[in-house]
This record gives sequence, C-alpha cells and structure tokens, in this order.
Amino acid sequence: MKNPSWSPYLVGAGIGILSWLVFLVVNKPLGMSTEVSKFSGWLAGLFVGMDAVTENAYWAGKTPKFGYSTVFLLATIVGAFLSAKWSGTFRWEKVPQVWSEHRGPGVMGRMMAAFWGGAILLYGARMAGGCTSGHGISGTLQLAVSGWVFFAAMFAAGIGTAAVLFRKSKTQS
Amino acid sequence: MNLPFSTSSTAGLILAAVFGLLFGILLNKGRVTDYNVIVNLFRFRDWTVLKIMLTAILVGGIGVFVMMSAGWLPEYHIKDTNLLGLILGGALFGIGMVVYGYCPGTGVAAIATGSLHALVGFVGMLLGGVAYALSYSWVKANILSVGALGKIRIPEATSIPEVLIWIVLAVGAFFLFRFLEKSSARV
Repeated sequence: MKNPSWSPYLVGAGIGILSWLVFLVVNKPLGMSTEVSKFSGWLAGLFVGMDAVTENAYWAGKTPKFGYSTVFLLATIVGAFLSAKWSGTFRWEKVPQVWSEHRGPGVMGRMMAAFWGGAILLYGARMAGGCTSGHGISGTLQLAVSGWVFFAAMFAAGIGTAAVLFRKSKTQS
Repeated sequence: MNLPFSTSSTAGLILAAVFGLLFGILLNKGRVTDYNVIVNLFRFRDWTVLKIMLTAILVGGIGVFVMMSAGWLPEYHIKDTNLLGLILGGALFGIGMVVYGYCPGTGVAAIATGSLHALVGFVGMLLGGVAYALSYSWVKANILSVGALGKIRIPEATSIPEVLIWIVLAVGAFFLFRFLEKSSARV
C-alpha cells in the first residue's frame, strides 16, 4: 500500500476480479457515468425540487436518489484518497505537466478546459449510455457490441484531439 | 446466502462502499488518477491505460463467461447498441477525455489525490449530465433511434463461438503486451 504504483497488469486483473464480484454479489455491472449523472440529478433536485427533476423524461427512468450509486461514487473518492495518502503521493495540482508544456502554465486556461472537457465528456457518456467503466470495461468484457463500438469511437476521437491539442510545444520551441 | 443482494438493502450499501473503496485504490495504484498518464495514451507515449483495460477485460470477461456458463450469474447486463448514439457519444467522450484528461471514474478518483482541475471538470460533468437530461427527448427521437440494434453480443451477432473469441483476445493481448514491454525496454 505504501508503493505509489502497482503493475498495470495487476491493477487490470484487480479491476477484472472486482467486476466479477459486482456481477455476482449485486447483479450489476461496474460503472461510473450513470452514478455521476444520477448525482447531477440529485444535486439539481436540491435547487429546483425533486418533483421537477423526476418530471424530466431522462431522470424519470433513473430516479436520482441517495443509494448504492452515490455510496459507490463517494467510496471511490475515499479509496483514491487513502491510496494517495498511504503512498505519500497526494499533492495539490492546478496545471498538469503535459498541459503546461503544450498549452502554457496558465491556471485559468486549464480550469476552463477541464470544465468544458468534463461537460462534453459526460454528455457523450450519457448519449452513448456508458463510459470507460460501463462500456469500456463492463460492456467489452461481456462482449457487448455496444462496448466495442464505443471503445473504437472513443480512441479514434481521443487520438485526433490529442494530435491537435498537443501539437505545439511551449517549452522547446 | 442468497445472491445477488438487493442494491437498496443495507448490505447493498455496505457493498457499494467496499467496491467503491477497492475501485478508488486500484485506480490510484494504477496511476490512472494522473492526468499525464491518461493523455499520454492518446499520444502513444504511455501504455498504462491500455494494459490496465485489456487485462481487466480479459480477466473480467473470462471470469464472467465461466460464471455465466456455470449458471452462477442470473443475466448479462448488455447496453443497447444504438450505432449513431454510440459513435457520436463515444467521439464526444474521446474529445472530452483528452481535454479534461480523465474519464468519469478516474476524474472522481483524481479529485481525491489533490487534482483541483479534476474537481473543476467534475462540476463540468454535472453540467453535462443536466444538459443531457434536458435534451434527452430530442436525442432519443433523432439520434438514439438511428442504427438501434438492441442488446446484442458479439458471439450471437457473428456466430463465432465465445471460447474462440476469448482465445483470440488472450493470445492477441499476450503478443501486444510482449511487444509493448520490449519496445519500452529499448527506450
């Protein structure tokens, strides 16, 4: 636990075994974006009232409320926090290295990009019906056609975006 | 013991906490709570994410296949194949993943390691969730309906035996991993 990183093969096997347990014990796939989406519905409910939220055609079928999903999301945060604390790798980060090297060290620029990137990310995840865990791992491992199509579309767009976003170097040129 | 537990029971909530804790620890130890590790996958400079995902798919998939064959699992959880929605949504997701630098799971976990931009992006994700809910009726009618093939699996769609698919994937991953380890050893 003190070691800051484990072999990626060990971690992958761990996630695979975790997915067995989740299927076996609670009859659910391992996923995260549904959880985040429900959380956004739950938060929206605090502002506009839960009646207004459940009137919405999308959330009507998902009933955002505090439950398994919320606990799973919060526990993921606690798990990552403990792991980082044990290994002493916890540190405040405003602008990560690769971003700084190519897009500059400005904090505002990085925060704007993170915000809009996050918005596009979850919008896309909901349109596709899942994310890296729901489609990329849980879907693909069940050999769902949807999981593999998502995987391919995600990689293609990601590679293209990285090529444009990180084309120029601000430190070397 | 009667499996599965209901997710709304107290036992279900305790299990959610245990599973979430393990997931968070694994994501952090796998270094995928690090922005640089994730974006460097899409720049072909760091294969950590690919190694984790392929191993998780193989270990998870073969295990689920065995448990399914043994009759231990009540059902598969297959998401709908709506081709246009998957391709458009997957593409938006890929763009978002590189700009934000995380996916939903790793972004949530990264907040807990001190990444402030991951936290800002999480607020963005909540906005994205609300925006999707508000546009859902239109998306459902105009996008999700295109190429809607239902809940299909590769073995049924292609008539290739499932055992064969797993053998091909496992052998393919073995050679890919060996190649990646050899080429990174040379650098």
